[in-house]
Amino acid sequence: MSGDHEHTPGSLAARVRHVEGLLEQRELVDARELEVALEAFLARSSPANGARVVAQAWVDESFRARLLAHANSAIEELGLSMGGGLQQQRLKVVANTESLHNVVVCTLCSCYPIALLGPSPTWYKSEAYRSRVVRDPRAVLSEFGFDLDTDVDVNVWDSSAESRYMVLPRRPSGTGDLDVDALTSLVTRNGLIGVAPL
Amino acid sequence: MAERFTSGARVQTSRIDPPHHTRLPRYARGAVGVVIECEGVYPRADDRARGIDSTPEPVYAVQFAARDLFGEGDHTVTIALWQSYLTAVHKETR
Repeated sequence: MSGDHEHTPGSLAARVRHVEGLLEQRELVDARELEVALEAFLARSSPANGARVVAQAWVDESFRARLLAHANSAIEELGLSMGGGLQQQRLKVVANTESLHNVVVCTLCSCYPIALLGPSPTWYKSEAYRSRVVRDPRAVLSEFGFDLDTDVDVNVWDSSAESRYMVLPRRPSGTGDLDVDALTSLVTRNGLIGVAPL
Repeated sequence: MAERFTSGARVQTSRIDPPHHTRLPRYARGAVGVVIECEGVYPRADDRARGIDSTPEPVYAVQFAARDLFGEGDHTVTIALWQSYLTAVHKETR
């Protein structure tokens, strides 16, 4: 497995800064421009975006079908994008059902749909999560306080290439009366990664 | 580059441990899985990391049984893999 991010935050930041410096020196990028693009992207990135997408899928069957088939164009209906000023990434939304539970990981680094989930939590980047969730997801979920029924199958998505995955959790029971805003507030980032029930 | 595999195809990953960056995770080397879908066509990360011009090739979501990767487990793992990491497996051979 590739190295643990937590061991080298200082040196990694220093290397990024060094490369940035070289790019600026050669006038390939404008430092201010880079900063503005990154700040704007992070300001727009939030788990509230993913939560809004999930709530819409819960109340609108045809949106749900479009989301599962072509997530990038579906989220644009809600004014969201996987581009964010940077490279557009393919989004794949994977739905939990009564008999199947999905979990997302990036075993090689820490890939994840930042635009819809916000910056990734520290545990998501940890070597412990990345190496263990593919091998024994039920045990890892249990450590998150999530004891999945043994008759529910588990599929782990390893974001090893160019797609980013987001889980569409099941709508909690007893929420039939709630509107989209109220449903949105029920959805958590961990639920969108697949390590928490809703 | 044309798509060599369709959904449902059985494929085996490369056993090679290359001396450069690759996106075929070590835990999935030499394993047999099933193609779920093509995720699009992208230049190989193996080539981009070395500054080599790369012909974009299909990337597939390939699903593996945990017991085929780790010798145990009742779950599945789906991994995004470039076409050149994969070879076709015929049902009779397994």
